[in-house]
Amino acid sequence: MKLEPLKQRLLTKKRMNFSKKEKVFGYLFTLPAILGLLLWTLGPILASLILSFTDYQVISPGINWIGFENYFTIFREDLYFKQSLVVTLYFAIASTAATLAAALCIALLMNMKVKGQGIWRTLYYLPVLVPAVAANILWMWLFNPEFGMLNGILRFFGLPGSMWIYDAATVIPSLVLLSVWGCGGAALIFLAGLQDIPKDQLEAVELDGGNTWHKFRFVTIPTLSPIIFFNLIMGLIGAFQTFNQAYIMTNGGPNNASLFYVYLIYREAFVNSRMGYASALAWILFIVVMIFTLVIFRWGKGWVFYGGAK
Amino acid sequence: MKGIAFKAIAYGLLFVGAGLSLIPFFWMVRSSFMTTTEIFHFPPKLLPETWLWGNFLEIFNVVQFSLYFKNTLFVLIPVIIGTVVTSCMCGYGFARLNFPGRNIWFALIIATMMLPPAVTLIPTFMLWTEIGGINTFWPLVLPSFFGGGGFFIFLMRQFFMSIPKELDEAALIDGANYVQIFVFILLPLVKPAILVVSFFTFTNVWNDFFGPLIYLNDESMFTLALGLLQLQGSYTSDWNLIMAAATVMTVPAILIFFLGQKYFVEGITLTGIKG
Repeated sequence: MKLEPLKQRLLTKKRMNFSKKEKVFGYLFTLPAILGLLLWTLGPILASLILSFTDYQVISPGINWIGFENYFTIFREDLYFKQSLVVTLYFAIASTAATLAAALCIALLMNMKVKGQGIWRTLYYLPVLVPAVAANILWMWLFNPEFGMLNGILRFFGLPGSMWIYDAATVIPSLVLLSVWGCGGAALIFLAGLQDIPKDQLEAVELDGGNTWHKFRFVTIPTLSPIIFFNLIMGLIGAFQTFNQAYIMTNGGPNNASLFYVYLIYREAFVNSRMGYASALAWILFIVVMIFTLVIFRWGKGWVFYGGAK
Repeated sequence: MKGIAFKAIAYGLLFVGAGLSLIPFFWMVRSSFMTTTEIFHFPPKLLPETWLWGNFLEIFNVVQFSLYFKNTLFVLIPVIIGTVVTSCMCGYGFARLNFPGRNIWFALIIATMMLPPAVTLIPTFMLWTEIGGINTFWPLVLPSFFGGGGFFIFLMRQFFMSIPKELDEAALIDGANYVQIFVFILLPLVKPAILVVSFFTFTNVWNDFFGPLIYLNDESMFTLALGLLQLQGSYTSDWNLIMAAATVMTVPAILIFFLGQKYFVEGITLTGIKG
């Protein structure tokens, strides 16, 4: 009994040691990430903000502080700003909506206890595995108005061909088609969510005399809503960063109809060497994406059920 | 009866959908075996008359495809090592060690996933220009040694959190230190996560052409993705060669997927749901 307090003290002491050590090791283990955050993210964010108030151009020496000049130029002279913003928004909304709808349909079909789910999963995921450059080049070939497969099929059915990515009116819908082709990733995430839906809830709806639509509307959609929301946010944020298609397939054309915002930033920074101006463009993108995300989160509160629905 | 009809429609739609998703892929492969005349033939031919395996050798002659391949490995291997090692460390630290400011640091790292890469691109590029990193592999490799990005740190942390904490405590009482616990007890348990991170890293590097595009100038430094672009730019009418090169670049990605399919799917769904 006498030993108890001593043991207690020893244990406390040991625990104290642990926690001190724990602090040190906690920092040691997470040091790479913390350094990375400072070095590759927070530092560059700050630098990019500062740069956006300068006229830095790689060719001419020296950096001058020009205040909001870059931002004024972007909004007032609007060289390509508005065009690229509209193009990006148009594509982001259309491709996210189309991709999510296609992915959800595929997942629902695969979830109907069909045989060989693993094979279906692989078949639908295969396009995602084609590296971006290869996929874009492949689709340029498919879109080719003269020799491409798509017009070949249309002609086979006696339908008029399309100019696809070579016409200002059809370039964005064509690129949406390409992104729907790669919807297998989102479909997999949906499928995983569908498989988590409690069976007893579906049975309960059935007992109450509900049909398939009721089950879908009152069980599947609410349970799946966090995943729909996740795919929606990731899809939109991703679509805002679209660059490859513009660089590889269209060069922003025809007639600037696929002048994606990030492509514009790239062109200003690395082709025209206007680093300051491009930084200002990047900051505007940052703010637009942030506002967009916040608005969607707000909106999501109305229809996303986290766990509470269970 | 209704069930059967439903099933029949489901299978029908699945077949059509799978067909649509595979046709472009099939078109790429069949074009890679054709002659240029065959490829531009109208009406299009479904299959080549004779399978021209020579196209695949030809791409090694017209561009330095084997050099591009070597360059890609020079980037790929260190990036996988850096990402796996540091994301494991950080995932462990954030999941299981208590230290002041832990949650704030973690939240900041997660928040950066929302940041458009375009914002940090220009200063980072200028920094590399300043320290002479242009036209070297350093800008493509070094950043991966800093946790590999918010996504992988998050993924690793999720995996570490799923292991009972009693394991660490028992080991601590037995006199093990944190490094020993990490290396000998926890790492073997997160092997699936390590595979997931390696697979994702592989596809990221294999697919990436933006990084190489801005940091590499000399053709002798090009990676496969840039090499493919190069081929597409300079041999514009040789679509059979371009398709052969695209096929060559796609095959390893698919092989890797098949090897680790189980973990791959697990990783995709895990991050998807917990996100």
